[in-house]
Amino acid sequence: MKENIINSIKRSAIWLVLLLLVIFFTIANHRFLSMNNLFLVARQVSMYGIASIGMTFVILIAGIDLSIGTIITIVNVVCAYLMVKLGFGMVEAVLVSVLMATAIGALNGFLVSTIGIPAIIATFATQTVFSGAAYLISGGIPIFGFDPRFKVIGQGYLGPVPVPVLIMAACFIVGAFILNKTYFGRYFYAVGGNEEAAELSGIRVGRIKYLIYSLSGFFAGLAGIVMLSRTNSAQPTAGLGYEFDVITCVVLGGVSIMGGLGKISGVIAGVLIIGILTNGMVLLNVSSYTQMIIKGLVLIFAVGFDTIQKKNSVA
Amino acid sequence: MSEDYVLQLKNIRKEYPGVVALKDVTLEVKKGEILGLIGENGAGKSTLIKTCSGAVIPTSGKIIVNGKEFSEMTPQLAKENGIAIIYQEFNNVGELSAAENLFLGDPIRKGIVIDRKAMEQEAAKAFEQLNIKIDPKTLVKHLTVGYQQMIEIAKAIHQDAKVLIMDEPSAPLTNAEVQSLYNVCELLKSKGVSIVYISHRLEEIFHLTSRIVVLRDGNYIDTLITADSHVDELIKLMVGRELKEAFPPRPLFDYEKNTEVVFEAKNVTGNGDRDVNIQIRKGEVLGLGGLVGAGRTELAQMIFGDVQKTEGQFIFKGKEINPKSPREAIDLGIALVPEDRKRHGALLGVSVKNNINMPIYKTISKLAFIDTAREAATTEKYRKELLIKTPTIQQNVKNLSGGNQQKVILGKWLAANSELIILDEPTRGIDVGAKFEIYKLINQLVEIGKTVLLISSEMEELIGMSDRIVVFAEGRITGELKKEEFEQHLILKMASDIQED
Repeated sequence: MKENIINSIKRSAIWLVLLLLVIFFTIANHRFLSMNNLFLVARQVSMYGIASIGMTFVILIAGIDLSIGTIITIVNVVCAYLMVKLGFGMVEAVLVSVLMATAIGALNGFLVSTIGIPAIIATFATQTVFSGAAYLISGGIPIFGFDPRFKVIGQGYLGPVPVPVLIMAACFIVGAFILNKTYFGRYFYAVGGNEEAAELSGIRVGRIKYLIYSLSGFFAGLAGIVMLSRTNSAQPTAGLGYEFDVITCVVLGGVSIMGGLGKISGVIAGVLIIGILTNGMVLLNVSSYTQMIIKGLVLIFAVGFDTIQKKNSVA
Repeated sequence: MSEDYVLQLKNIRKEYPGVVALKDVTLEVKKGEILGLIGENGAGKSTLIKTCSGAVIPTSGKIIVNGKEFSEMTPQLAKENGIAIIYQEFNNVGELSAAENLFLGDPIRKGIVIDRKAMEQEAAKAFEQLNIKIDPKTLVKHLTVGYQQMIEIAKAIHQDAKVLIMDEPSAPLTNAEVQSLYNVCELLKSKGVSIVYISHRLEEIFHLTSRIVVLRDGNYIDTLITADSHVDELIKLMVGRELKEAFPPRPLFDYEKNTEVVFEAKNVTGNGDRDVNIQIRKGEVLGLGGLVGAGRTELAQMIFGDVQKTEGQFIFKGKEINPKSPREAIDLGIALVPEDRKRHGALLGVSVKNNINMPIYKTISKLAFIDTAREAATTEKYRKELLIKTPTIQQNVKNLSGGNQQKVILGKWLAANSELIILDEPTRGIDVGAKFEIYKLINQLVEIGKTVLLISSEMEELIGMSDRIVVFAEGRITGELKKEEFEQHLILKMASDIQED
């Protein structure tokens, strides 16, 4: 009984933190709790949110994907290049570049699963490779001048709600469905819990890894499209450092870096915390360097919490 | 009087929650003798020797080394008092040279840099003393298992060990290597070093030792003078008692009536096994006997598609099969309940429900969406049939007892509708009551027409549960016994590959 109470506190701890943050910033700055600002927060975090779905899957199987920032960048550059330089239609350009993002994810899957390179190294390597490729394609300068309709994805509104927020919400729903309602979700948890036992239960672990890294690439690709539409210009450094924020969101959301544990609902909270923290700090004029320090500390806190919990449950 | 003994373990008792691993065991080692320590799997040999290194802390009893009394040891104390244990797993570092391994953790140094030359000279001397021909510069990973073991021994001697305890030292060795092991043992003995030699191979015990200590079920049974004892006597002492544990009755398997062969292995080689031939009939429980590492688990891995065979054929229900992965084997109707339940069998962090449905999720899903009603119904069905004790089906399997975990694994394979079920040490680490339930389940399995391949190192279980027994030794089949021929000492002889005289 007592254990149940402790567990439910642990489970809802993340929401408690979120609430405290909201209260803190509301008191600290009167502009914080306005409808406008809250939608702004949601719009700002939408790219984290979208990319976090794939990262959640990856971390669930005790993997890591450091390449998503680069994938976001190269999707920006390639999609823009296709539209501006090669005269592709909007839809075709988006499809091709998201497909490419998925393929880069599949390449990560190949390196991790078939070759057997540790995920941290494999995705670090692809990060570097495609970062270079993005520079080569763009020539190091921004590409812009898109069809005005393209703006809708990142800047449009449906009623009062920004379109990217809707996309993020749709992604969260899809992610939650995959994890809870499909057999893939069951497989992910099993592989993350114990790869060997999962294989011996009839799960083809190798294929699952391909799928997961491909999905990570796919969601990063979507995030890249949203970003391109929002900024209306492809920068060769567009997604720089995104993997850090996304990993922070996911781990903060209670997905265990040791694999096998985590929920989409927690990740939503994690994304919101990072969003509110960033937005709140901007409103309070905290310098961007100080922001970096605070975000780094948040990551240490989140991983440390997870590690200590895991240790206690083993002992 | 106690000066005669360099090491005495007196009235050692070790209790684990719910189990007494050692009851009042006494073992005394004289200076310069080779003492044999024998007993079946689970007799408590390893637990006993681990008390000497501090890896196991005795609940009560005394450890006396050269007259100094200890209630418990630590690795440091053991080293200081000249006790060294050579485990089956070596502590060598493959990427370092033989010399560096000899000085592992305590290198010869010149200031802050290691003095490789001095170490190599010292190592050469140490190896020479033991008549071992190893170039100190060779990387250990390039050495055979036999030489790696020699380095372990040399390390122990170099650290001035007076008592050397060897746990199944010959298990991984070739015949030639066993011969050099004998030589080293004799040499050490002549230098006044005492050796405790643990082995399943009685011929070695007879060849080397002067006295033999027999353990059984954690009890001290007897100490014999080797010269006055006989193989049959030893086996009787090791096996001892009448079948104490009851096995649920099952009608005799009728070989006249049930002629359908469900599974056959023809000249199968691979994964350490050589030329294995077995046939299993539908509804039969075929027991695989042998020592740990005899090649039974290895055969199971090949049948289950986890490791590929290199030669030979598997024939399942009349068709040749070649499962490339467990998934393929499962889809064919083959199931494996692995030896290491916690590592390979159950998904501990996953619920009972998800464990049971894991192999069938694809079939109970439409467009990847799980039919949750069916998922729950399947779980409930096997929870009831197998009497799985769990508060809810959402409970994580790690919170269940060993016996119930094993039932969850069995339930998973019943849900997958497997026909050939391979059980690898299904009752290891399970308490007696739950064991009996597992035995009943095995009976139920064959009753409903399933076929069981039972791998067990527990003699009683093997004899009590099998319709027929095939015995393995060193990757080969060394004998087959019909039900009326079941005898513990026969199986043990086949397993140690000692020919009947």
